[in-house]
Amino acid sequence: MPVNKKVRELQEKREKILLGGGEQAIEKQKAMGKRTARERIMALLDENSFNEYDLFVEHDARDFDMDKKSLPSDGVIIGSGTIYGAPVAIFAQDFTVAGGSLGLMHSRKITKIMDHALKMRMPLIGINDSGGARIQEGVNSLAGYGEIFFRNTISSGVIPQLSVILGPCAGGAVYSPALTDFVFVVDNISKMFITGPEVIKTVLGEEISMEDLGGARVHSEITGNAHFFALSEEECFDQVKRLITFIPWNNGQKARMFEPGEPNPEYNINKIVPEDPTLPYDVKDVIRAIVDNSDFFEIMELYAKNIVIGFGRMGGRTTGFVANQPLEMAGVLDVDSSDKAARFIRYCDAFNIPIITLVDLPGYLPGVDQEHAGVIRHGAKVLYAYSEATVPKLTVILRKAYGGGYIAMSSRHLRADFVFAWPSAEIAVMGPEGAANIIFRKEILSSKDPDGMRKQKVEEYKSKFANPYVAASRGYVDAVIEPSETRKFLMHSIEVSENKDVPMPHKKHGLPPF
Amino acid sequence: MNENNKLGVLNIDTSLYQTRLSKKFQNRKSYQPVDPRIILSFIPGTILDILIEPGQNVSKGDNLMILDAMKMKNRLKCHMAGKVKSVAVKKGDKVSKGTVLIELE
Repeated sequence: MPVNKKVRELQEKREKILLGGGEQAIEKQKAMGKRTARERIMALLDENSFNEYDLFVEHDARDFDMDKKSLPSDGVIIGSGTIYGAPVAIFAQDFTVAGGSLGLMHSRKITKIMDHALKMRMPLIGINDSGGARIQEGVNSLAGYGEIFFRNTISSGVIPQLSVILGPCAGGAVYSPALTDFVFVVDNISKMFITGPEVIKTVLGEEISMEDLGGARVHSEITGNAHFFALSEEECFDQVKRLITFIPWNNGQKARMFEPGEPNPEYNINKIVPEDPTLPYDVKDVIRAIVDNSDFFEIMELYAKNIVIGFGRMGGRTTGFVANQPLEMAGVLDVDSSDKAARFIRYCDAFNIPIITLVDLPGYLPGVDQEHAGVIRHGAKVLYAYSEATVPKLTVILRKAYGGGYIAMSSRHLRADFVFAWPSAEIAVMGPEGAANIIFRKEILSSKDPDGMRKQKVEEYKSKFANPYVAASRGYVDAVIEPSETRKFLMHSIEVSENKDVPMPHKKHGLPPF
Repeated sequence: MNENNKLGVLNIDTSLYQTRLSKKFQNRKSYQPVDPRIILSFIPGTILDILIEPGQNVSKGDNLMILDAMKMKNRLKCHMAGKVKSVAVKKGDKVSKGTVLIELE
């Protein structure tokens, strides 16, 4: 039976390649606490959903005796499958084959699946675990990276692109994840840097470990390169899968609807926010008191904690949340929090996700370091992102909304569709203390009792201006609502915004301040 | 609550807010005005050669040191006329960015 013989031949060929770099290399990979590339794909995708392509691709490098070396699948696995039924294209670099190094054919496999994802308008997931460029392949390897970066950029805002860093990702290779929408890292496994500790030591004489230079924590807490931090690969895959449930498959669609559910009554919205505007609280509790099932999926949890971003659902529809966090740095806007919020707002806008903004901030963080770090241009990103966004924009002013911070946080003036304020809202040009000191400077200084006079004037200012009614009298606030009415108002606003359509002037692209 | 979760006070427009202070904020350096008489290393590297001595008069544009960094032998030029008060490094020293190299008077 000649057909069976050929089928068997195929099976044998496959089996050989499926072992990747061989048992020894696999053992090494496991010893590092890492799964193999194939195991990772299987862990991420729905059971039996993976279809692999280009299994038989081989490199054709000639120099440095490369012609004598066989690298199974050229060190990368590509294919497509599903996650909770959502189609995804995926590639995973195989560290057991030549350290997952990127040669020409390796890169061609990646770009093939990228082209496929863009053409089919489905999310792309990349699992990075690679020593970097395959030096033996010289400029062909560099060409490969360039082709990948180009596709990351062209696909940006069309299909979701997720990067999962499960090993080293160094040198130019870091720029592919950096160009994608969301980067996932795992403690002690992910390492990202442009120049490694060795180079830094020889050139600069500075000693630092890989972990301290570009480990998962560093990128989650300090650089802001990573969006999701996990303690294990397993936890990381759960985060990837969860994210996929919140986002649409491409920019022409909306995220899938889920069965709506009421928030957990344990989050009592009437009792979360203290009346005194200088006292802290956790704004995530307010979000949990509003969203379906109190289920909030936070993004960049460890970076610039003074602003909170993430996804939840309102009546089953995915919604992006941006909220000042009074618990951290009084919820100020600064360089890092502006950057964090602006990028998320643009993500929501690109993928048809309504944005709910919860406002409670005293303004911008003062300081030489902030000014010199460019708080002007970074802060401008928030204004730009909100103004430019045409998805439904809903704003709830919980408490303080002072000065430039009020304008920036999705105000009516940046075309918020609905602006609600709680009775505790203080919409003013600055905090009562600062304002009274300026407006009543003369009275305070000429008074026999300056401190008493100051207190009196602060109280006067508070009662007149530190409320939502001045803004409401101008129509800048659409409705002053009780905290317990928040979910009802927001759900209705999202419902009536379903077909929002805003014509914008024609342009090639704008020039956001980055 | 552990150490990181302790509340501090942040002053914004003379209002005092009770809140957690970030590591970045707590570790920020207070601003120091630039003293033109103190010459700092502008890049990390190794001191290859020192071309002046304490007590020596220097004019603007004089070569002060050769600093080997980023595969380049950088000539450190004097940006003002003056007299060398002290040299804080010696040949072969590895210096990081911002290290004091020379003080003029």
